Amino acid sequence: MLIAPFVIFYVLFLVYPALQVVYLSLTNSDIAGQGRLVGLANYQELISDQDFWAAVAHTVYFVVLTVVPNTAVGFFLALLVTRLKRLRLPILSAFFLPYVLPVSVVTTTALWILDANFGIVNNLLGTNTAWFGDASWAMPFVAMVTIWWTVGFNMLLFIAGLQNVPAEYYEAAALDGANGFQRFLFVTCPLIWPVTSLVLILQLILQFKIFDQVYLLTFGGPSNSTTVVLLYMYREAFQQNRGGYASAVAMALVIIIVIVSVVQSRLLRIKRVT
Amino acid sequence: MKTEKFSILGLICTVFTVILAIAWLFPVYWMAATSVKSETDTIVNPPILFPWPPNFDAFVYVIQNSPFFRWYLNTVITSVSVTVLCILFSLMCAYALSRLEFRGRQLLYVALLVGFMLPFATMAVPLFMFMTRLNFVNSFQGLIAPQVATPLAVIVFKQFFDEVPRDFRDAALIDGANDFKILFKIYLPLNWSIIWAMSIIIFIGAWNNFFWPLIVTNSTPMLTVPVGMTQVQSAYGVAFAKICATGVLASIPTAAAYLFFQKKVTQGVMAAAGLK
Repeated sequence: MLIAPFVIFYVLFLVYPALQVVYLSLTNSDIAGQGRLVGLANYQELISDQDFWAAVAHTVYFVVLTVVPNTAVGFFLALLVTRLKRLRLPILSAFFLPYVLPVSVVTTTALWILDANFGIVNNLLGTNTAWFGDASWAMPFVAMVTIWWTVGFNMLLFIAGLQNVPAEYYEAAALDGANGFQRFLFVTCPLIWPVTSLVLILQLILQFKIFDQVYLLTFGGPSNSTTVVLLYMYREAFQQNRGGYASAVAMALVIIIVIVSVVQSRLLRIKRVT
Repeated sequence: MKTEKFSILGLICTVFTVILAIAWLFPVYWMAATSVKSETDTIVNPPILFPWPPNFDAFVYVIQNSPFFRWYLNTVITSVSVTVLCILFSLMCAYALSRLEFRGRQLLYVALLVGFMLPFATMAVPLFMFMTRLNFVNSFQGLIAPQVATPLAVIVFKQFFDEVPRDFRDAALIDGANDFKILFKIYLPLNWSIIWAMSIIIFIGAWNNFFWPLIVTNSTPMLTVPVGMTQVQSAYGVAFAKICATGVLASIPTAAAYLFFQKKVTQGVMAAAGLK
């Protein structure tokens, strides 16, 4: 009785679509769900679909630009914040605030300050660059906006981790003659590693799901240089009316995420032992 | 740790941190500052850093010339319903998972963990088809239902309920209370803090949700603020005060929720990441 309400919602709106996406990927359905089974045809098409592989490459590029930098910046900000006393709360809030803003506000702000003609960044630099209109700058700027927006989350996890490092460890290290940098390297870094690997895993899964920011900042442009997997899926489904093929794209993303996170957790575990 | 001595290095570090924090907030400030300028003032060179007195024309224009108020109402209805339903159902489900024996309990928990890992966006296509069949496209049901079916709160609440001593329930059962009563009279007050924290996290997440409202709504009167604001912006063209005014209006609820309940948000974020 107690589980009924949640389980009904869960089965209808999560389990059912999750199973349905597997079935749909084997059909030539349109977005209304009309179609018939075509076996593995969608997957065969996918393997030779250059636009799909380009989207995978753009997604991987975005992941490379965000996962480690976002973790490193989060750690750096946490180090800065934890040593503060009275200023701690206001500074922490300043770094965290962007995280609670809607993505469309974040991208609106980014598009405004980076505007080619009237944006304050170009004004300060004395340039007229359309950062999101330039194929080589667009993705790095999408990544930068993402880090600005979400790094507060990582920072909070690192702050919690830093607080859990017992003060005696630092005292013991200081007694042994370790200087500040050595204490950081041999006490803080190893003890914070569980948090670091948690953040890296969360980040990796999260960043593969990139959609909102590119949809709003570039819509995949210029010349498809920021078309990521989910944007490709969105276009195939809702613009090309190919529900079956879009489901195969979705399946491919799930498979990629599973493989990458298994590989990553293996790698991180090995590192922890050594 | 030993008492901090005054040091030049520490001072430099603090000053650097403060400057970095101000720079970090600058884009938010700049959006707010632009929204209270006249359109001509937004594009003058050099830029006006402190617009004074503030000019609210952009806000008046946005509210009068777009269904912003309607979108606000939609988003409030959606995010409040999602929060209330999700928290209530999750509490009940988590209590059952933590305290009751029933067939399929283990299976349900595994299904929740798998669902937690599954990217929502990959289910968008079948979910949209399902919504079409139910006639839920462009409706509150369509906006709300899939957002209620997120397993995060169940998983978090279960962990907290697991730590409540089992004797509490046994004693209450002997006194003749049923499980509904035990949940709402004992488990709920004991875990008030995390329930509150998760409520705020879910509210912020639902208010900010962009992807699902983008998929399930396409008629102007049913849009939510995060989706609707991007539509008016593309209609405005070069009108930065109005564009920024939509951004300020869209940010107020979640920014306020964070500033008022900072500790709760922090607690919720930790719990969501699996750290208590």
